[in-house]
Amino acid sequence: MNAPLRTLFDKVWEAHQVLRREDGACLLWVDRHLVHEGSHHAFAKLAERGLPVAEPALTIGVVDHYAPTRNRDRIAAPDIARMIRTLEENTARHGIRCFGMRDPRQGIVHVMGPEQGLTLPGLLINCGDSHTSTHGAFGALAFGIGATEVAHVLATQTIWQKRPKTMRITVTGQLGPSVTAKDLALFWIAELGADGARGHAIEYAGPVVRALSMEGRMTLCNLSIEGGARCGMVAPDDVTFAYIKGRPFAPAGADWDRAVADWRALVSDEGAVFDREVTIDGAAIAPTVTWGTSPEEALPITASLPDPDKLEGARADQARAAMDYMGLTPGQRIEGTPVDQVFIGSCTNGRIEDLRLAAAVLAGRKAKVPGLVSPGSAIVKKQAEQEGLDRIFTQAGLDWVEAGCSMCVGMNGDLVAPGKRCASSTNRNFKGRQGRGARTHLMSPAMVAAAAVTGTLTDVRPLLDGRV
Amino acid sequence: MAGFSIIDGLAVALPQDNIDTDQLIPARFMSVPRKDGYGPYLLHDLRFDAEGAPRPDMALNRHPEVSILVTRRNFGSGSSREAAVYALVDFGIKAVIAPSFGDIFASNAVNNGLLPARLPEERIEALIARLGDDAAVMTVDLSDGVIRVGNEVIPFDLDPVWRLKLLNGWDDIDMTASHGAAIAAFRAQRAQQAPYAMLPREN
Ligand code: SF4
Repeated sequence: MNAPLRTLFDKVWEAHQVLRREDGACLLWVDRHLVHEGSHHAFAKLAERGLPVAEPALTIGVVDHYAPTRNRDRIAAPDIARMIRTLEENTARHGIRCFGMRDPRQGIVHVMGPEQGLTLPGLLINCGDSHTSTHGAFGALAFGIGATEVAHVLATQTIWQKRPKTMRITVTGQLGPSVTAKDLALFWIAELGADGARGHAIEYAGPVVRALSMEGRMTLCNLSIEGGARCGMVAPDDVTFAYIKGRPFAPAGADWDRAVADWRALVSDEGAVFDREVTIDGAAIAPTVTWGTSPEEALPITASLPDPDKLEGARADQARAAMDYMGLTPGQRIEGTPVDQVFIGSCTNGRIEDLRLAAAVLAGRKAKVPGLVSPGSAIVKKQAEQEGLDRIFTQAGLDWVEAGCSMCVGMNGDLVAPGKRCASSTNRNFKGRQGRGARTHLMSPAMVAAAAVTGTLTDVRPLLDGRV
Repeated sequence: MAGFSIIDGLAVALPQDNIDTDQLIPARFMSVPRKDGYGPYLLHDLRFDAEGAPRPDMALNRHPEVSILVTRRNFGSGSSREAAVYALVDFGIKAVIAPSFGDIFASNAVNNGLLPARLPEERIEALIARLGDDAAVMTVDLSDGVIRVGNEVIPFDLDPVWRLKLLNGWDDIDMTASHGAAIAAFRAQRAQQAPYAMLPREN
């Protein structure tokens, strides 16, 4: 008898299933558990029960959400200082590795994990953060969990899950010039909706995905959650292995060869059936920006805003409320909308390739509006400085600061003021995400750089012409 | 956490799509310890204006004794912050009824005894129209899997695993403790089959 055909997701899921209850709940083994300042609720739950951490070696801490991006030696806000101290104390108490404020490996958890070789194909990775889906770019099964679940993983190194459905997004053809993984992600979310992939594990496939760098694949998988998916995955290949090789926590020597041999099997079998299949033509995607307060409210930069009066029921209400919050007029062209500031960074687009592309737009040009560039990690920062990218940003008039979540979520105090409009390389344009009353437009880092140069939402293509 | 089978209470409508967890609890309140209570921060920026005054038109301000919310699709999408559920629970909300929920939110909800009940979009729209700006008495019956409002009996969707968990008030850590031997055996096998999955202790 032939073995059943399995998807990449099936293979990784089954390799982690400790048991399956009659009601369908599965207990899964967790290979890597990443914790950050927000995990304080989970550590408190553990303390309440007097439980130890089951696998301190498989738990890794990093300071990111509250990390100040300036004046790190004197943190002025007492609650920010307390959040960071609490993580450092909790990890120290339980013997957990922690990349704290002064560690040269500090950075956003989803940038740091891959960078350190902690993220590997075929692993199951959890973190109390929804963008854990990023790590799926390596063919890992990686998904975000809540605090009660974080406490459970700390206590048992396992997690209860219901098996999600599978969905394959195949991207055919090729992306146009200056069109990036970010544009691809915003495109499919606009097509399918912010809950379009709810309850599904996505596998991204097709020539466009194969042609993406690891950075691009991470951006794509990162945004899976914004389309409602449980996780996103890309089958590992030579691009993946080349990225991982030689990283601090990656296997080496004979272990490396054996690992790669295992990882090559992490592909969906030819003919394996997905619960849902979606095909996208890569050539149809333009540089994309969001105009509303949900990532599904995205448009090509060449388009005009919808007219809520032409929509129906709840959709009309939603569009009206979003336009009202964003201070935009129905039917207006999105290009040319003036912005007050820009932000480049986050776990979506704070990697070296993102900074290189933004710098390519900004080189020799001046920003018309102020802005912040916060690299995804201290290592990305160092690399960018070696390449001279920091000088391009500062000469353009933008601020070059330390690594962390920064203005993606504003927990460290980097906020957009009420009513101000920000072109941002982040992942959420929710009301108040970057600060109360802040107006966020999501786009690629290249598009953010273009907005900086013109002071308005701008098509980056002419600005990058001949530069990359 | 105690289990339950019936929620009897006042329901109000929040007729919006995509009420994400950033709205349910803005990031700036998230360093508060749980024991201090999260109720005051629920939907803070919708409930209060920039000066901190309650908005009179907001349903939760008009009916602070509410325990059931009826809302539109993709409720609780976005950030995995369980504090969004703490805010709802601490405010007194026991059930949220919507066409769809963010996956992580729904599982956080169940872990805190909050019921995420799903109804088809048309049913939700009918309930929203019926509630209008007012509050109405509603019963959510977890044993029978129905919502009772006026003379209507509306069946709702809930994953069977979650239903049992809410009915019995099960705690996952306790439940997993009984599988200790299976976990230990799995770990040993994992270390053999995928040595790269293990890491040495730092010191
Ligand atoms: S950068 Fe933003 S999305 Fe990413 S982990 Fe930090 S807060 Fe979350």
